[in-house]
Amino acid sequence: MSDNTLPDRLRVNKTYKLYVGGKFPRSESGRSYPVSSPDGTELANAAQASRKDARDAVAAARKAQRPWAGQTAYLRGQILYRAAEMLEGRAGQFAEEVGDATGADPHAALASVEQAIDRLVHYAGWTDKYTSVLGGANPVAGPYFNHTKPEPLGVVAVLAPQDDPFLGLIEAVAPAIAAGNTVVVLASESKPLPALSFGEVLATSDLPGGVVNLLSGNVAEVAPHLASHADVNGIDLGGVDDAGLAAELEADAAGTLKVVRRPGRAGTSLDLLRQWTEYKTVWHPAGMAAAAGGGY
Amino acid sequence: MFEYAPAPESVRPQIKEHYGLFIDGRFTDAADGAVFKSLNPSTEEILFTVAEAGEADVRAAVAAARRAQEAVWGPMSGTERGKYLFRIARLLQERAREFAVAESLDNGKPIKETRDFDVPTAAQHFFYHAGWADKLAFAVPGFAGQGPGGADPKPLGVVGQVIPWNFPILMLAWKIAPALACGNTVVLKPAETTPLTALMFAELCQEADLPPGVVNILPGAGATGSALVNSPVDKVAFTGSTAVGRAIAKAVAGSKKKVTLELGGKAANIVFDDAAIDQAVEGIVNGIFFNQGHVCCAGSRLLVQESVAEEVLARLKERVSTLRVGDPLDKNTDIGAINSAEQLARITGLAKVGEEEGADVWQPACDLPERGFWFRPTVFTGVQQSMRIAQEEIFGPVLSVLTFRTPDEAISKANNTPYGLSAGVWTEKGSKILWAAERLRAGVVWANTFNQFDAASPFGGLKESGYGREGGRQGLEAYLDV
Repeated sequence: MSDNTLPDRLRVNKTYKLYVGGKFPRSESGRSYPVSSPDGTELANAAQASRKDARDAVAAARKAQRPWAGQTAYLRGQILYRAAEMLEGRAGQFAEEVGDATGADPHAALASVEQAIDRLVHYAGWTDKYTSVLGGANPVAGPYFNHTKPEPLGVVAVLAPQDDPFLGLIEAVAPAIAAGNTVVVLASESKPLPALSFGEVLATSDLPGGVVNLLSGNVAEVAPHLASHADVNGIDLGGVDDAGLAAELEADAAGTLKVVRRPGRAGTSLDLLRQWTEYKTVWHPAGMAAAAGGGY
Repeated sequence: MFEYAPAPESVRPQIKEHYGLFIDGRFTDAADGAVFKSLNPSTEEILFTVAEAGEADVRAAVAAARRAQEAVWGPMSGTERGKYLFRIARLLQERAREFAVAESLDNGKPIKETRDFDVPTAAQHFFYHAGWADKLAFAVPGFAGQGPGGADPKPLGVVGQVIPWNFPILMLAWKIAPALACGNTVVLKPAETTPLTALMFAELCQEADLPPGVVNILPGAGATGSALVNSPVDKVAFTGSTAVGRAIAKAVAGSKKKVTLELGGKAANIVFDDAAIDQAVEGIVNGIFFNQGHVCCAGSRLLVQESVAEEVLARLKERVSTLRVGDPLDKNTDIGAINSAEQLARITGLAKVGEEEGADVWQPACDLPERGFWFRPTVFTGVQQSMRIAQEEIFGPVLSVLTFRTPDEAISKANNTPYGLSAGVWTEKGSKILWAAERLRAGVVWANTFNQFDAASPFGGLKESGYGREGGRQGLEAYLDV
């Protein structure tokens, strides 16, 4: 392209930005980093998130969490299904981005995107079922109605898989938000572009801003701030390939007793929903003269 | 007011002068010969001496538990495992009074509570979990039929368990019953100040012919617990303070060990203006003065709606004035001894801070025994959220009273704590209960009742109150590889 002939048309390149609180900011640090395909072709620059971006994302996730959990399960399901619809319409674009990121052939890349769409549909169908599957009424030995149901953990930090930049991310994010959590996701460090484009899908799926927040950047730099953040309730270390770093992050997370999902954990979709929930048990007297408790 | 004549419990258990560690089905002294004393906190008399487990003993116990898990307990059919647990439940029921008295002597809690709550509920835990042992395929939804031949979910292996002093035999049951039902073997460290009923339980395991090594009991203090956490166990289960819970979570980071933690709390007990006041007052009293307030889920923050605050407080003080503080073995006693000098110092210290921070303190006039560790039931009014007595777990018979105007304010104050173990709601309006229960960040919510526990009901907290549940189907998830 270095000759002087006039191009037919100049391609409009996309600026890959973060997705925080429903908006698409650049990193507050002003930093970006070059992203290439495995064969070395430069693809784009991605915003390089800082500690401040991570904190902003946690704040956005916290703000969105109660309203999101307070929506009906039916509505949460419809919104996840809507995300699948939006993704279906842009499957070609995502297949291209996944192929560029991973070097997968177009057929395999498309197949993984289609699988991701089907996973969203799968979890869309879980929102109004998992509580009855995991919870229930408990036959206590007294005149009480006692029931247990899973409730969202709160804000979950997801360190998305490094080598499976799109399907792996969907597999991690979908169960967390289906269960009423909000998430701060640190995308694959070297392959962040499909994740960042996914923000555009979510933004057009009626998903309230802040429910999913997507960051790109250096895992070793950003992850410790998420692991030690007091307003994060759970952390998924699935995308931390360095065992030493994973151990450090788990130790950081212990400071505020976060629920930790260690790298390499497999499980059914219900296991993943269960991972990001807490059981709440409510007691209620079932008799007019039920005891106030104890022996007083 | 009626006069009470003393009504001391007449059964006296056979307490030995010395107890060993219980490793591989036998009592043995510590490898390094270490010994400590256990006091009766209501008299400060020495009850017995007991071996203190060190690292070598932890190694031996974990190795015994490993052998038992691999050779006997893991391969055993669920039906047979269940029968052992049923047998233990029955033996505990048979010896219930003896255990109740021993617990009151070692812990200081009233016989009324050990007799009617601690020991029966412990037996229920064994009976309940016994029935799970041959039904594990149904314990975790989505698991049945997975794996070769539709195998049951697998146990984790050897479990290291550390329990607190506030409900010694009950916490032992909460830990051991589900672990054993799921096919794990255990090494359990009872609290330093209350090892007695755990050692009596070890004798009971012998009586039940439980295979050696399935249950190992290692009395000791923090160092023993730390050695156990850092030993090659597959899982750590802990009930105790948030500070120690944090240290355990850090210690297992990067390992394959699973962990469940049941930690501190600062529960709000919310009384709305449409509550049945007399019942609410009983619930407030039960919430904070049950077990001398040595309860992680105690209703230590009373949030009362402003419009009824005066009436509630007047009736509360009247009721608290009738509580009988004294000899734990007297059947009339409502509030027994504080468990240790150390805990008494902590309670006294925080109560002093409450006064210094400007809260108004109230205590009923009541005589306290001359010897032993005692603290009067205490109510602080005019408490602000920023005060330490509103933030920190006191773990004693000390109630902090705050007021609110609107339901939203009540929820926001109730949730304004790093803890999330339990909460109480008092109102006669069903929809308000459901509304509040939905919003309270707590693992257990009691509506128009408080401090209810049951083997079939999952118990455990959110946030810095830890993770994992004990009891119910959900409690089994903590002891299976799922």
